[in-house]
This record gives sequence, structure tokens and C-alpha cells, in this order.
Amino acid sequence: MTDIIIIGAGTAGLSATIYARRAGREALILEALSYGGQIVNTPEVENYPGIKHISGFDFATGLYEQATELGAKIVFAKATGITVNPDGSKTVHTASEDYNCKAVIIATGAKNRPLGLDREEELTGSGVSYCATCDGAFYKKQPVAVNGGGNTAVEDAAFLANYCSKVYVIHRRDSFRADEAEVAKLKAKDNVEFVLNSTITRLIGEDELEGVEVTDKISGESKILEVSGLFVAIGQMPDNNSFSSVVKLDEKGYITAGEDCLTETEGIFTAGDCRTKSVRQLTTAAADGAVAALAASAYCG
Amino acid sequence: MAAITLTLDNFEEEVLNSKEPVLVDFWAPWCGPCRMLSPIVDQVAEATEGVKIGKVNVDEQEELADRYSIMSVPALKFFKNGEVVKDSTGFIPKEKIEEMIRS
Repeated sequence: MTDIIIIGAGTAGLSATIYARRAGREALILEALSYGGQIVNTPEVENYPGIKHISGFDFATGLYEQATELGAKIVFAKATGITVNPDGSKTVHTASEDYNCKAVIIATGAKNRPLGLDREEELTGSGVSYCATCDGAFYKKQPVAVNGGGNTAVEDAAFLANYCSKVYVIHRRDSFRADEAEVAKLKAKDNVEFVLNSTITRLIGEDELEGVEVTDKISGESKILEVSGLFVAIGQMPDNNSFSSVVKLDEKGYITAGEDCLTETEGIFTAGDCRTKSVRQLTTAAADGAVAALAASAYCG
Repeated sequence: MAAITLTLDNFEEEVLNSKEPVLVDFWAPWCGPCRMLSPIVDQVAEATEGVKIGKVNVDEQEELADRYSIMSVPALKFFKNGEVVKDSTGFIPKEKIEEMIRS
């Protein structure tokens, strides 16, 4: 039986693994996709204390190598559930295998929230994108739209305005959650147009996106914006439903836990963006990893 | 076999006129998920016979990226007889790549 299974190889999960290994515990990581988590999409990280500048990829790779060089094992499979056995041990299920352990750390992170519109998946990579810094360069001199009102949306729009002929900022309210100074800077740009109190109601285009239909929430009127790119920045969502029988989820699906990273179930811990918390940063994910791993180690006895 | 570097100069010969099917990985050096995917594409290339695997750096090969309407990287395109028969965008796991080239 493994001591600790860590579900998710993002910043929180890999940090937990490093702490678990250094505490002398066997650690197995289950990862559904690839190591690194969300930070891989960030070209430049400049707010991790002690590292002035690093790419998200290099940061993630460093974490991964540190964890695996300490002897952690990683299996690329999606955890589909956790069973608490009568003796208190846990079994983590995947589609092909079950893994037994003393303690589990759930660090599944969060992913980009989709709009939930027809053909959104089909047009992803053909005009619909969730990452302006990744895909923005392909839309040079073309009209694009950004959907959202938070910091990411405003940063994305400012970034795209440097390349694109026109940037529409579509937001369902008339006020922004983003920093006021950033919104003011964006408003000052000639090629940026705000489309407020509006939601996207349809994606237009056959093989590639050609436009979006936006509907004004107040007047009820719809209009079509001709754009070749739509950057969706309406926030994150967790993916914890498979674990709802052993941990408590809040109304948005985040695992209810405090800074101690403890869940409802003894021996199941949670770390990083997948838990209820107010600040979701690399540093807080790493901190959670350490807290959860040391608690899990203590639990293993 | 090892993956080959594709450019505008060799694309016709290596991909469009290839007798074997070809998996093409469109990538960019600044793209994290591309750098995640790249070693996995290499592993698949090493382990596969009868399928050629090539890589296009979209920064250096803008014309090829344009021709195949690349709007997001990484993008994989699977060619048979010079035609794209399957494609994907974003990071995908090894099994999905193998599935793509088995079809």
C-alpha cells in the first residue's frame, strides 16, 4: 500500500509530492493529462518569490523533475473516485486500475470555464480560444473579441490590442471586477470597443469562427460582431464531482476546506485551486501542497 | 523513426507526396503546452513504423501555418495521400496520438 496518493500534478500536487517524499513517505501521483497544470500556459512568471523570471513551462518542469528525482511515481490516468475502506485506508479508482493508500491529497486544480454554447468545442482552435497569450499571435491585424470582466479578460484585451485590428470587450455587466487602472488604460486604446451588458448568444462560422452574436441584456436586441477570434476569459471552474461522496463541495464545486487543507473525511486532504479559497496564486498552491503533505504524513503515523 | 523538421522547402516532398501517412506537429517555442507535447510526439515517432512524423515551427514557417489555418498551438494534423484526415489542438495524451495515427 502506498502512503500518499496525490491526485493532480499541478503546482499544488507537485509541491505536496516534494514535501511527502522529503518526509520519507511513498508518494504516487495520478494525473489525467500532463504535469504542470494551468501555469504551463503562462509565458512568463514574475511573481514567485525568489525567482525573478521564469516561463510557466520551465517552472512546471522544474517542479516535476524535483518531485520525480525524489522518487515519486506518476501514473497518467484520471482519478474517477475515492473509496474509504473499513480499516480507514483509501482506494483511488481510475478507469483501468485501483490504487490503495493510507492518505489522499486532492489537488485537481481548476480549468477554464467554457461559455456553454453550441459548437464551442468544435470551433476551439478554429477561432475560439481560452488563452490570449498562447493564441493571440495568430490573429495579427484581424478583429477579435474578448469575453469577460475580470483581470484576465482585461489583460487579454490589452495584449490583443497590440496585434489585432479591433478588439471588442464583451461583458455581461457594465462594471468590471478588474483593476480600475487597467480598465481605464484599455478604454484609452483606439482599437478597443466595449460591448457591455451583453452576452454571447451564438457562434457563427462553419469551419472557422466568422463572428459572434451578442445580445444586449437590457434592450434584448441582438447584433453580430464580425470577428475571427473569440477569447473566452469568464473564469475558472473546478472538477471535483467524482469525489462528492467523500468531501463536501460548495455550490460552485470547490472542495470545502480551510487553510489547514483538511476535508470532511479523515485522511483525505486537499490543496490548491480545487479548494475554497480567496487567493489562487502559484505561491498559495505551493503553500497548500506543503500544508496538505505534512498533515497527510502525520496522519500516516 | 525520428521526427523530421518540416519547412516550406521540404513539405511537398515529405508530406504531400509521401507514400506513408504523416503526422505533423505544428508548434511554437514560446508555447508551454507545445513543449509538453513535443517529447510525447517524439516517443510515438520512435515507437511507430509506417507513419512518418514531422514538426513545423509556426514562428519560422508562417506560410505553412497560414496554409493550414493554424490558430492555436500545439496542433496535430494527420495526412494521408496529401490530405488532412484527422486533427487536434491543444495538449493531448499519448494514447490519443496513437489512436489518431492508427485510424
